[in-house]
Amino acid sequence: MADMPGTIEAEKSRDIRKRWLLSLPALLIILVASTGPLLIVLVYSFLTPGAYGDVQWLPSLDGWIGVVMEKDIFDGTVSLADAHVSIFMRSVMLSLATTVLTLLVGFPTAYFIATRPEKTRELWLFLITIPFWTNLLIRTFAILEIIRNEGLINGLMLKSGLISKPIQMLFTDGAILTGMVYVYLPLMVLPLYASMEKLDFRLVEAAYDLYATPFRVLRKIIFPLVKPGVIAGSILVFIPALGAYVTPSILGGGKNMMLGNLIELQFGQGRNWPLGSALSITLMLIVMAALLVYVRNAGSQGSRHG
Amino acid sequence: MKRMIMAVTAALLASTGLTRAEGELNIYNWGNYTSPEMIKKFEDQYKVKVTITDYDSNDTALAKVRQGGSGFDMVVPSQNYIPIWISEGLFLETDPGKMENFTHVAKEWQNPEFDPGRKYTVPWAMGIVGTVVNTDVYKGDINTWGIIFNTPDELKGKVNVVPEMTDVIDAAVLYNGGKKCTGDLAILKKVRDTLVAAKPNWVAMEYGTIQKMGSGDFAASSDWNGSAFRQRLANPAIKFGYPKEGYVNWSDNLAVLKDAKNVENAKLFQNFMMDPANAGMNSGFHRYANGIAGSGEFMPADMKGAPEIDIPAEFASVGVPSQTCPPDVQELYTKIWTELQK
Repeated sequence: MADMPGTIEAEKSRDIRKRWLLSLPALLIILVASTGPLLIVLVYSFLTPGAYGDVQWLPSLDGWIGVVMEKDIFDGTVSLADAHVSIFMRSVMLSLATTVLTLLVGFPTAYFIATRPEKTRELWLFLITIPFWTNLLIRTFAILEIIRNEGLINGLMLKSGLISKPIQMLFTDGAILTGMVYVYLPLMVLPLYASMEKLDFRLVEAAYDLYATPFRVLRKIIFPLVKPGVIAGSILVFIPALGAYVTPSILGGGKNMMLGNLIELQFGQGRNWPLGSALSITLMLIVMAALLVYVRNAGSQGSRHG
Repeated sequence: MKRMIMAVTAALLASTGLTRAEGELNIYNWGNYTSPEMIKKFEDQYKVKVTITDYDSNDTALAKVRQGGSGFDMVVPSQNYIPIWISEGLFLETDPGKMENFTHVAKEWQNPEFDPGRKYTVPWAMGIVGTVVNTDVYKGDINTWGIIFNTPDELKGKVNVVPEMTDVIDAAVLYNGGKKCTGDLAILKKVRDTLVAAKPNWVAMEYGTIQKMGSGDFAASSDWNGSAFRQRLANPAIKFGYPKEGYVNWSDNLAVLKDAKNVENAKLFQNFMMDPANAGMNSGFHRYANGIAGSGEFMPADMKGAPEIDIPAEFASVGVPSQTCPPDVQELYTKIWTELQK
């Protein structure tokens, strides 16, 4: 009798060991496949660029220095890499704006779906997922067809006599933002809906019974309860938006670089792979910082409730 | 059961063996650049199955082949990249200069600087980087880089620039009186200022000129002459400009890779491409000149005397050959380019 718990314990630990062993191959593959390429990128960022692309195996910090500092090619002064900083800022600002706009559009959408009768909710959700059936590139070109000078909107307005010559919508910042919001909206709506579905609407009713204004209900009851969904949705939109460059270059005309273009340039015509690698890792660090903020936020909230 | 498996395996082996015997050829080339009709002719003539894979830039092609094991037999890089391919030992020395059809290669292309004595390559296509302008929108002189760098009022906000870094910066260098691939900082400073001042008048920096010039999204652009030709066929008002300040002449050339598996077929194809009938058929597709003498009579009638193909005498002398810029110049170019698009 006395050693019974021991055998159960032993059985348990054997079971755990077996599970680990069984999942080891999969874990190894994931580890190698995900960290292997990253390690190559990391190593390349500390090498010297080859004359015509590729790298020379000479250690150098120039790639990393090039990320933040630049030597003026005309007067030789060294200063902050103004061009890189402004490209970074453009990408970050665009991602932030996309996140805020998708939230503004996505919040009422998710609320609308969550407040439908249970039977029809699935249909609404299904409608949200329809854009995913088509490739991102094709959807972006579809927007281009709608807003171009001889496109649908300008065509209709010209025909109806509202305007006498086409309005330039394509290749503007507005076009980029419209495209980004359209592309990333489902990523915001789905997590928002997931947390709104769990919302206990009796709390909302109670608040109204206690004479709260609708705005107060939104701010004090609904928003705090769906906050995890808001944060998850924001992260899901912000991170891919940071690296986005297909949508900005098609709808924005490619006059201004995004982070993605800057990195691509180094591996293509720029022939500076170490700088490209260092820039890629910098981008990853920004993403990680954003995730840390998220984890912190979620964590502190948990402890407050606990 | 075992016997059946063996029989099936044997049959499979036999069938793959058979296709091998018929011959294969894997060509790695720019997209939308190879006449399907001409490939069909080669396949029928030599009983060879040809597979074509596309690339979109010289750097992509070079990066992929350099890693080894690409499986391609032939590649068509631009002349400014050919010295790199040769010095990296990626080409097989097939000596096209001694092939049967070499006599058809035009005199000026028989001994080019980028491949002396034609030890590796045969001409595929050649063209010019210039301007295209919709002459319904702008009636002035189109034979100048001023279209791009000092945009006339009618074209402001309607100009596109094809974002080929070296082409754009070289154009600005020539516009400022410099030499291609210059490392002269005084010139490059002017180039930077020219570009930065010109950019607000541009609407986009994109490759898709054929469609967007046609649809009126762009009224002018920097472009290649073959592309301009296709645009004029769609809209006669679109004309090609030969910049009087100087323009870059480029050519793309067909070479065999050192790790090619189908060397004999690749050599046959190099010889095949120097036959005027075949080169002319290919030009009818990509709409560029091809450097093979006598191929004109095999081109479609609309290419004879086309203003994009026959360089007017007054502009013939200002063309400069495309070359590889040294790495330090490339670095200066990249910095200016980044600054332009920051």
